Amino acid sequence: MSGATVLGGEIGRPSTGEPLLQVRDLGVRFTRRGRAPVQAVDGVSFDVAAGRSVGLVGESGSGKSVTSLAVMGLLPPRGVEVTGSVRLDGTELLELDDAARRDLRGADMAMVFQDPMSSLNPVVQVGVQVTEVLRRHRGMGRAQARDEAADLLQRVGIPEPRRRLKDYPHQLSGGMRQRALIAMSLACEPRLLIADEPTTALDVTIQAQILDLLRELVVGTGTSLVLITHDLGVVAGLCDDVHVMYSGRIVESAGRRELFARPEHPYTGGLLASVPRLDAPRGEPLRPIPGSPTLTRPWGTGCAFEPRCTRSDDACVGDAPPLETVRGHGVRCVHPLGADTPAEETR
Amino acid sequence: MTTTSTGGTPAARGTDTLLSVRDLKVHFPITRGIIRDKVVGAVKAVDGVSLDVARGSTYGLVGESGCGKSTLGRGILRLTGLTSGSVLFDGEDLADLKGERLRHARLRMQMVFQDPMSSLDPRQDVESSLSEPLRAHGVTAGPGGHGQTVRELLHRVGLPASAASRYPHEFSGGQRQRIGIARAIALRPELVVADEPVSALDVSVQAQVINLLEELQDALGLTYLVIAHDLAVVRHVSDVVGVMYLGGIVEEADSDALYESPLHPYTLALMSAIPVPDPEIEDRRERIILRGDLPSPADPPTGCRFSTRCPFVQATRCTTERPDLREVAPGHAVACHYAEQIKAGRITRGV
Repeated sequence: MSGATVLGGEIGRPSTGEPLLQVRDLGVRFTRRGRAPVQAVDGVSFDVAAGRSVGLVGESGSGKSVTSLAVMGLLPPRGVEVTGSVRLDGTELLELDDAARRDLRGADMAMVFQDPMSSLNPVVQVGVQVTEVLRRHRGMGRAQARDEAADLLQRVGIPEPRRRLKDYPHQLSGGMRQRALIAMSLACEPRLLIADEPTTALDVTIQAQILDLLRELVVGTGTSLVLITHDLGVVAGLCDDVHVMYSGRIVESAGRRELFARPEHPYTGGLLASVPRLDAPRGEPLRPIPGSPTLTRPWGTGCAFEPRCTRSDDACVGDAPPLETVRGHGVRCVHPLGADTPAEETR
Repeated sequence: MTTTSTGGTPAARGTDTLLSVRDLKVHFPITRGIIRDKVVGAVKAVDGVSLDVARGSTYGLVGESGCGKSTLGRGILRLTGLTSGSVLFDGEDLADLKGERLRHARLRMQMVFQDPMSSLDPRQDVESSLSEPLRAHGVTAGPGGHGQTVRELLHRVGLPASAASRYPHEFSGGQRQRIGIARAIALRPELVVADEPVSALDVSVQAQVINLLEELQDALGLTYLVIAHDLAVVRHVSDVVGVMYLGGIVEEADSDALYESPLHPYTLALMSAIPVPDPEIEDRRERIILRGDLPSPADPPTGCRFSTRCPFVQATRCTTERPDLREVAPGHAVACHYAEQIKAGRITRGV
């Protein structure tokens, strides 16, 4: 398998016309009996054009996974309030009933989860799990579905696919399981694939195989990809547009080259400065972000990153800073890194 | 020159060696049978590892899951049984010790675990957790018990004294790892083995813990063996790095030398697989994508263990003869028959 080539710095196709997925002002609130509700996602808006790859980056608790579950319609019906709008090719998903959403899931939009062991049924053969999708959504017969399933496993790089169809999930390695899951999600040629930390549970050499596979998908078949990750390195190699999330909101949005060359939000800059890089000179201490992601201020009373930010002052308290977009680069900060801090210094 | 037979791996020679591991093997038996267990094979988790760690330095062990790096770390502390080989700690062979003498030797070496939630007792407050090693080893308490020592430890790792009366669940992941580190340094050990000390933590918090480990090393003169899967983290903290694959060290070098001129094909692949948060580099660099998965350590390939996945594999020697770790430059050892030819470009990648 060889690495897919990237032309002109774009992973996916240049965006044209109406986006495939349009998320507007998405809010997810978890209500708990006798306790204050938790606003996990708060006014998140982004677009995914056909054939593009979009990254949602954030740490634990940033709301990135809940965003993807809300888009897929996989949040439990009780105790969750989803507000805003999610449009797939013009259809408002949040207004559809369960049956209509089930028809879309798997067929038009599919999801790959972090831990392939817990998303596969351990007592059912892999083949049955892959053919299930084909029979449910494409109405195939048993034999036809089996042939198609073997084809799919072959396409995602699983050797001896016919034999593997009879295996149970525990008989496959971690990388192989993730490939099987990707094969399942591709079964109906969905237009949108959401991958939630698809490589976090895998070793780096296996991660490289899976990322290569996803890259080939976006470049080769024009599937739109939403990649959810905490790893800025993964995003740098795979996503056209990047949204950085913090405490339920998008704090910075930009094209990948722009974002990594000129991070504007102190959180993005802080993240880039705190990761040890293989190509950075050794010996100098890392510059960590103080505190932990749980140390946050509610957005209603100012900027959620304020308690950890080195640039914070009185202006950061009060109203939540708006997301201001200049030439496609959006940042939610009253003291963006901007011109006074050259990009080199934030590395 | 092979380092398995002669004393001293190149990188540590001529300095004061605190820990010296020679041809260490840790095999786990595979048994079968209902009434009487019959040994039918062995998982060769660690299969002939030699390394030296100089006093006050940091040795980084890097490798993927299943390569035996954690078992090696546990074997060095004698937390798991050793099949053969020796572990010389300050001249004393730990492999021969047992009972009270082994317990006493552990005063000088401690461990930091990956997951601070499962390595701290949830029903024990921090003061109790931190004073337990002191009590276990009979350290004389001051007038108010070990309270003073506990407060000093907390201060060292950047936690307030008020943390002493709180329980693990009240802390964030990064703070819990600080408690785990405080417990490890409570007895003023000389060697600290840190097994994946930051991989369970959020990205923004990892750097805090890495910096703390480096500060403590400077302040207390600690010697570290850091075990991690993340080469970028290992390279940052380590003086010498050993790359492990399937139970053996395939390359060992000074941290910068390893990054600047990696020689073993596995190290090359590992480095090319690590994503760099810079699109300019990501688009241009060449990736070596390895085929397939790690072979089973119960049935390792004959010859070079990497031969089944190696993009440079040759028809001769690779599949028949296991390469020794040999020194190819001062302080730089590699276990590959064809390292020089690959470096010079005389052997190129197969398809």
